[in-house]
Amino acid sequence: MSAVSPTDTAALAAPPARPTLARTFWAMMAREVRVMRKNFVSTFTRVIAQPLLFVFVFAYVLPKIGTGGAMFAQQGSGPTFSTILVPGMVASSIVMQGIMAAIFPLMMELTWQRSITDRALAPVPVPLLGVQKIIAAATQAFVAGLLVFPAVLFIHAEGQGPSVHIDDWPLFLLMMVTGSLLSGAGGLLLGTLIDPQKSQVLFTIVLLPMTMLGCVYYPWAAMDGIRWLQIATLANPMVYLSEGLRAALTPQVEHMPFWAYGSVLVLGTAVVIWWATRTFTKRVLT
Amino acid sequence: MTPPSPGPAIRTVDLRKTYSSPRGDVHAVRGVDLEVAPGEFFGLLGPNGAGKSTTIGMLTTLVVPTGGTAEVCGFDVVRRPVEVKRRIGMVSQNNTLDNDLSAFENLEFRGRYFGLSARDARRRADQLLEMFNLTDRRKGKPLEMSGGQAKRLMICRALVHRPEVLFLDEPTAGLDPQTRVNLWEVLRGLQREGQTILLTTHYMEEAEALCDRVAVVDHGEVLAEGTVAGLTETAGADTVITVVYDGPVPDTVRTLRDRDGVGKVEVNGEQVRVFAHSPDGLLGELVAAGSAAGVGVTDASQLRPSLETVFLTLTGREYRE
Repeated sequence: MSAVSPTDTAALAAPPARPTLARTFWAMMAREVRVMRKNFVSTFTRVIAQPLLFVFVFAYVLPKIGTGGAMFAQQGSGPTFSTILVPGMVASSIVMQGIMAAIFPLMMELTWQRSITDRALAPVPVPLLGVQKIIAAATQAFVAGLLVFPAVLFIHAEGQGPSVHIDDWPLFLLMMVTGSLLSGAGGLLLGTLIDPQKSQVLFTIVLLPMTMLGCVYYPWAAMDGIRWLQIATLANPMVYLSEGLRAALTPQVEHMPFWAYGSVLVLGTAVVIWWATRTFTKRVLT
Repeated sequence: MTPPSPGPAIRTVDLRKTYSSPRGDVHAVRGVDLEVAPGEFFGLLGPNGAGKSTTIGMLTTLVVPTGGTAEVCGFDVVRRPVEVKRRIGMVSQNNTLDNDLSAFENLEFRGRYFGLSARDARRRADQLLEMFNLTDRRKGKPLEMSGGQAKRLMICRALVHRPEVLFLDEPTAGLDPQTRVNLWEVLRGLQREGQTILLTTHYMEEAEALCDRVAVVDHGEVLAEGTVAGLTETAGADTVITVVYDGPVPDTVRTLRDRDGVGKVEVNGEQVRVFAHSPDGLLGELVAAGSAAGVGVTDASQLRPSLETVFLTLTGREYRE
């Protein structure tokens, strides 16, 4: 290299900087947007592939060949399977994408070269950096949840279209927002508790059971024939999001009462955000 | 940014860091007192594992002290970390650049994190890239850069917001000699502009070449502190002559310690080490003493007073890089 000595010019002359917590916070969000824009194709593919495939198989292929999930649909005037599926798919997308959006960057930032230092030295308290990461992941989760709608509304076999109508907008937004925040915070929590190198385990023992048993493909009430499972799945946060979205999107399908899913989601989100910022701070500061 | 704070740029009092582990506590830093004045180029010199990086980690708020206090620009690093972070720039040993962003964007966003408007941040980024000859790497990813380029980009990143204190942790470790010398020029230039700099290094010659003052550290403690000239005049006033024989050290050698101008004589197996103010002719005498006693010399060295002899005098150990 042939470095010019900075004396020649003025390395120390710079426009005045006025950092405030809000400005720094927004600058960090702007960074996330820039990164997302750069990785648009891969992010978009990751987000849309799962709902697209599920809807294709469950709302198109299975009804066409006349088996499987069509069980709710085949009984006369009951809701079509895609109607059952819409809230579940939105919930599953939010949870999966929220967790992944939080964990993937941490795998680079907390291991190897600890590139988290780049932002840990920005003039904000470290817990606020954790909150920023949660909100960034939650934003991705929210968008991922919304992207499910075009997929499920348009891909289905004849006569198998979902009957979805948002009657209760505030409830719908509350579910979308708390669900997204809970997933982002959950991702940050898992990513800071688990050794990132062992995150494969996370997918098999956390994410897979969570989605398979998250009341995505059936309402919670439909499990009353398998009482032990019905009770066991109450430990799965995704159940409450699926049920809450069911209440907001397809109130005609049986769902939990608001006091149950509402309190778990709102309180759970608050607790997990608090917990995740603590574990994050402990990982960043040594 | 803010006017330079009165008082020292850095002050630590009995600063400590102990890491607890199942195999017992590790005392990385055990009671370090430092004071660095604004505009000073200060060096923490010591071998790997001496506690330098832990110390710099505490001063930059990323490592939480377990004892003592540290202030940067008058702000306590534990109680007021945000105020400290606003006033410092840090070049860490690892490549901690943001790999999701290009070289230019790394600087742009750093500027924005520190409150520059998007336009000012972009202008500042281009200005720094040009200044550090990185313009042709503008769109490059940090991972695709050479070690020297990445290090220069990290220095740019640390300077974006005009920090009052610049911290550099082993800035030239792993760089080739030419790149290292060029980086020294860059750092000297910054100092001429009045930048306060704290640098850690395990290279003696780096500390001698750059620093106004040096603290020699080992095992988490400061062994000596002062200007390089001052340290070599006091603690390391002696030239150190080391001779290794191929047999036991001749007894005649021990009598040298009574000679004027000789500080001490250390015998260790087949090796003798003589600390002397006036070393003229001593090396020849040591060789001759060997021949007289019928033992040959397998190795001989004479170190002029330097930080290396300071270290040797203070610890009795060879400096290990």
